[in-house]
Amino acid sequence: MSSLTATQRLALIREKGRPTVRDYIPALFNNFLELHGDRHFGDDAAIIGGIGMFDSSPVTVIAQVKGRNLDENKHSNFSMPHPEGYRKALRLAKQAEKFHRPVICLVDTPGAFCGIEAEKRGQGEAIARNLMEFMTLKTPIISIVLGEGGSGGALALAVCDELAMLENALYSVISPRGFASILWKDASRESEAAELMKITAEDLLRFGVCEHIIEEPEGGAHIDPGLTTENIAEYISEALPRLKAVPTEELLNRRYDKFRRIGVFAEESGI
Amino acid sequence: MALEDLFKVVKDRSMADTKPKTDTKQKKPARGVEIPKGLLFKCPRCGTVVYRDEFERSRSVCTACGYHSRINYRERLEMTADKDTFEELDAGLTSLNPIDFPGYEEKIEELQKSCGMKEAVVTGVCKIHRYKCVIGIMDSNFMMASMGSVVGEKITRAFEYATEHKLPVVLFTASGGARMQEGIISLMQMAKTSGAIARHSEAGQLYVTVMTDPTTGGVTASFASLGDIIIAEPKVLIGFAGRRVIEGTIKQKLPDDFQSAEFMLENGFVDMIVERRIMRPTLSKIFRTHGYTRTEEYRGGAAK
Ligand SMILES: [Zn+2]
Repeated sequence: MSSLTATQRLALIREKGRPTVRDYIPALFNNFLELHGDRHFGDDAAIIGGIGMFDSSPVTVIAQVKGRNLDENKHSNFSMPHPEGYRKALRLAKQAEKFHRPVICLVDTPGAFCGIEAEKRGQGEAIARNLMEFMTLKTPIISIVLGEGGSGGALALAVCDELAMLENALYSVISPRGFASILWKDASRESEAAELMKITAEDLLRFGVCEHIIEEPEGGAHIDPGLTTENIAEYISEALPRLKAVPTEELLNRRYDKFRRIGVFAEESGI
Repeated sequence: MALEDLFKVVKDRSMADTKPKTDTKQKKPARGVEIPKGLLFKCPRCGTVVYRDEFERSRSVCTACGYHSRINYRERLEMTADKDTFEELDAGLTSLNPIDFPGYEEKIEELQKSCGMKEAVVTGVCKIHRYKCVIGIMDSNFMMASMGSVVGEKITRAFEYATEHKLPVVLFTASGGARMQEGIISLMQMAKTSGAIARHSEAGQLYVTVMTDPTTGGVTASFASLGDIIIAEPKVLIGFAGRRVIEGTIKQKLPDDFQSAEFMLENGFVDMIVERRIMRPTLSKIFRTHGYTRTEEYRGGAAK
């Protein structure tokens, strides 16, 4: 595995030809059918949801949509979902639970959209609801961070039994640029922030946030999208039967504990 | 409603009546006159300047516009819990520095001294009108009550305690969001707390959120929005994204009432707006309606 810095990986995931879910979904799933809408407000193009087959196993797929060009990006709002996107995701997750289908979330977003309409329709509530509902969803959930895992907007699709990350993917509480501009009042210190924040797949493996790193071809996923897809498929075909074999109650306890353990603090006793 | 609360309501009402708007405006100090800053309060919503003692007598509520300003956790506890009923939980938790953010430990130490608390949230068990409940109070004086490991852990433990002891939870939320200085660990606290709330909820217990100024970011996007009943104090700031971030995106100024408690009520994200002076009777009514029973011993009303 390559030993690139966070800044180098940041450049790699911004690479124009980096494959997106539009490349991965048809390559990974057979019979994929897209299902639209949150049944309340509308259909958010920043999140694609649907059903399909992975090998012989029916699955629900929920994916954040980066565009491959400006037109696609405009259509999918640069992969920044609105509340109705998260509510569509929740609707499809509950549907998956009903039919005992595992859920596979593909995470790739700079963050949830920040705008007037998003606030009016309850961006905060939509994300919060997903965190709570995914925590107790009675079916296996695998989340894979493909490129950018931006803050709560990513987490809303990443409460899961297992989190995998592509080798160069990053997952952070805020973008390095936002971090630098808020904490140091200087957005130009982006790269310094990227190194300090510990946001690479290896960092997150150490923190217990991520369970598995999926290898990318040398030079990044765009060098050989086919090989990257194979690596993702290899991971899913290993993880899916393993998680499906766990009894539901135990699965949910493990999921709870996975997040329950995360925290770094000191505790004085006897107070 | 208990007698002492009724009395307070009447008292506050009569105080408000005798203080017309013009009265408070006359108290604006003349330009150029030096008055020590600590003696005055300038309302961030309507700009009215009032003497601090008068402002504090009205429970830190702006007498001109009704804005419920930020108060520290002690004041909140005193005006919420029955006197001498509070027992703190998990008081010994303190932050470490998971991503080695320069100066983080020093900043925490400084705040511990100046705020007289170990972290941005205090949790415990108390009684409100003799109803026993788990209470959590976030204090925005402590690093804008951002959520790091300790805040996440204390809130999670509070819900776990409440689940185990079959108690309702009341959380007074206030926060600038996730604590960036703790990196990804702070983001994970959103999931952790939401998980504990899910279990408390599945156990059939009640969770009431009281959103206070300001409730934003990762806290709005996790436990603050998950109450069975969501209350907000008047005129407080509630939202997900920061105002400047949105203004930067849309390249225009936002209206003043954007992301206010009233805005959230209108858009369907809070159940009710409740003034501080009737918070206790309101919570008590909610507990009663949910079948919780009052404890026998009564040591008197709120301390304040
Ligand atoms: Zn005012």
